[in-house]
Amino acid sequence: MNHLLSTEYLSATDLTRILNMADEMAEVLDRPIPKVPTLRGKTVGLVFFENSTRTRLSFERAAKALSADTMTFGSQGSSMTKGESLRDTALTLEAIGADLMVVRHYAVGAAHRISEWVDVPVINAGDGTNQHPTQALLDALTLRQRFGKLDGLAVAIVGDIRHSRVARSNVFALNALGAEVTLVAPATLLPTSLEGWPVKVAYHIDEVVEDTDVMYLLRIQAERGGDQVVPSLPEYVSRFGLTEQRYARMSGDSVVLHPGPMNRGVEIAHGVAEAERSLVLSQVRNGVAVRMAVMLTLFGAHHD
Amino acid sequence: MIDVLLASGLVLTAGGMEAADILIRNGTIVAIGTDLPVEDLAGVERIDVKGCWIGPGFVDLHTHLREPGFEYKEDIESGSRAAARGGFTAVVAMPNTSPAMDSGHVAALVAARGSEVGLVEVQPAGAVSLGRQGSQLAHLDDLWDAGCRIFTDDGDPVSDAGLMRQALEYIGDLGGIVSQHCEDRGLSRGGHMHEGAVSSVLGIRGIPHASEDVMVARDIRLAEMTGRRIHFQHLSSARSVDLIADARARGIAVTAEVTPHHLMFTDKEIEAGTDPSFKMHPPLRSESDRQALIAGLRKDVIDVIATDHAPHVAADKEVPFEEAANGVIGLETAAAVVNTVLQPEASELFAWMSIRPAQIAQMAHQGQLPSIGQEANMVVFDPAATWSPLSYVSKSTNSPYTGMTFTGRVLLTISRGRLTSRNGELA
Repeated sequence: MNHLLSTEYLSATDLTRILNMADEMAEVLDRPIPKVPTLRGKTVGLVFFENSTRTRLSFERAAKALSADTMTFGSQGSSMTKGESLRDTALTLEAIGADLMVVRHYAVGAAHRISEWVDVPVINAGDGTNQHPTQALLDALTLRQRFGKLDGLAVAIVGDIRHSRVARSNVFALNALGAEVTLVAPATLLPTSLEGWPVKVAYHIDEVVEDTDVMYLLRIQAERGGDQVVPSLPEYVSRFGLTEQRYARMSGDSVVLHPGPMNRGVEIAHGVAEAERSLVLSQVRNGVAVRMAVMLTLFGAHHD
Repeated sequence: MIDVLLASGLVLTAGGMEAADILIRNGTIVAIGTDLPVEDLAGVERIDVKGCWIGPGFVDLHTHLREPGFEYKEDIESGSRAAARGGFTAVVAMPNTSPAMDSGHVAALVAARGSEVGLVEVQPAGAVSLGRQGSQLAHLDDLWDAGCRIFTDDGDPVSDAGLMRQALEYIGDLGGIVSQHCEDRGLSRGGHMHEGAVSSVLGIRGIPHASEDVMVARDIRLAEMTGRRIHFQHLSSARSVDLIADARARGIAVTAEVTPHHLMFTDKEIEAGTDPSFKMHPPLRSESDRQALIAGLRKDVIDVIATDHAPHVAADKEVPFEEAANGVIGLETAAAVVNTVLQPEASELFAWMSIRPAQIAQMAHQGQLPSIGQEANMVVFDPAATWSPLSYVSKSTNSPYTGMTFTGRVLLTISRGRLTSRNGELA
């Protein structure tokens, strides 16, 4: 594997190999001194064209736990409006000395394009509404820890699928690992075509609430226009919100996931976010381990 | 002015292709036939064009020459060179310049600069509305006097139906034609590619078929209502082809064009890391659309192939797909793409690429069958030659075709009695 850009073409073997390494990294992070020297002398470039505190901090922690140095490039607004092409920016960062680039961008395909221009590995840390592969990996790790395996697991992804890179990454990764995914959303928040998607569709959360093992909630992405295609938030909650009443109807073994940031009171009730079977903070913790595993994989390094 | 003998070619005549030599002296065709008398040939260069098609030079109804205003992308000189290399002897220059070609003096400047360069006839297209803003009519009489025969706000649609009605009536009375960029902005807003399976997986907002179809349907009704002609640019959707066929059957005066790239490619070319040279407006659509466009062309529902040659510098494309500029260059590759994809009869190629576009643009010197006494204005096309475009004479290189192998190549372009291109080199 030279880059991690998308989950679409990852096999169960690819995914399992990363998850196994992530288990080892989770063990490293539990040590009294949670740090190994494996990537000493390497520099990880954190290239963020879109605001993100959580993902950037998670990658930074992962790099530092492997003893790599980090440098951060932050930019908002179009590279075009600044008069510099994305290619120029990428080549500049490579010349400064990035040995690996973590790229977050508001436009689809940005990390893919950069991977064609530079000679170092590229991790897609979210490209517009396309993909966010490390999020899907950390979700898979969280579910594997809880259930032992993903094969046969019923996963409902609820909310703004159309504008969600998390949903796109998870649909392909979870399916490859054997889970059965159902998308739950109004037609205006589903992709316009689901041709080739290995999913079922439901148009009301009550259709899945009692039968699902995993309730995966997404926020409405107002910044991408998601709020313009539902009539009002109360109406959205009435059909798609995971209220405490609905949580109470879920099976006792089921769990709730959310990639954050959560809009409490909309897609997830406050009490559900705090509930025992909400794994939101486990997801965040696992993010560091998974990102360590991905960096090691791309550097071709073996943890000893 | 040239003195050449084009030997052993296949010449386009009213009755089809005929094997013949063509003798050109001082830029004028003086003889067509077999067994031309040898004693006439002193001082004449003999060019063997065995197996090549000889017909009127290609005419492009849809070229963005970018001058004035965007000379860093293309100018009238570089665009004329690209046209000559592609076998064109005339182009219609789109008015989305800066300033827009909404007044007579800008159009006159473009026409004059085209004549000064002298490689192809440059006919400016007038804007329909002032500043291409879509609110009030441009200086249509002045544009007509400056030589405009086609009027369009291309790059943008004429969205207001009331303004479109006025434009059809006024321009129709002048004797010109309105050429519409068919896009309903309410349906296309925020979109960057065809709405379908590919856009859904990528998460790129799509532009549905209906964005084009509803505008075609509306404008057919307006053409019917006003009794004036209308031309539809760069069709991409199967349903629009159906709508035009239906309008034709009802006697409404509608013409339409399709681009080489919509005949060759579909949205399957686009992946997350795709070179935005595959980004254009209207977008590449599905295989069934592509097949419908080909069928429409073969059934004469679509009249013309036009390039929509749209130069952009590398910086406009070295960005993610959604941020990239729309458009591809196409003048230098158009005939080769058409020949490779469609393998047309010679008479079809010349109908699509020279005779009909010359009629629509009312270019008296273009689209004429070679005949004795005529100033030579022709293209010699080798339908069997294979080649790969590796570089361009256009200022821009935003081409999806680079490195592809084509069958069919422009051998010679002769414009108004002068050799303008030979074997892919400018003459």
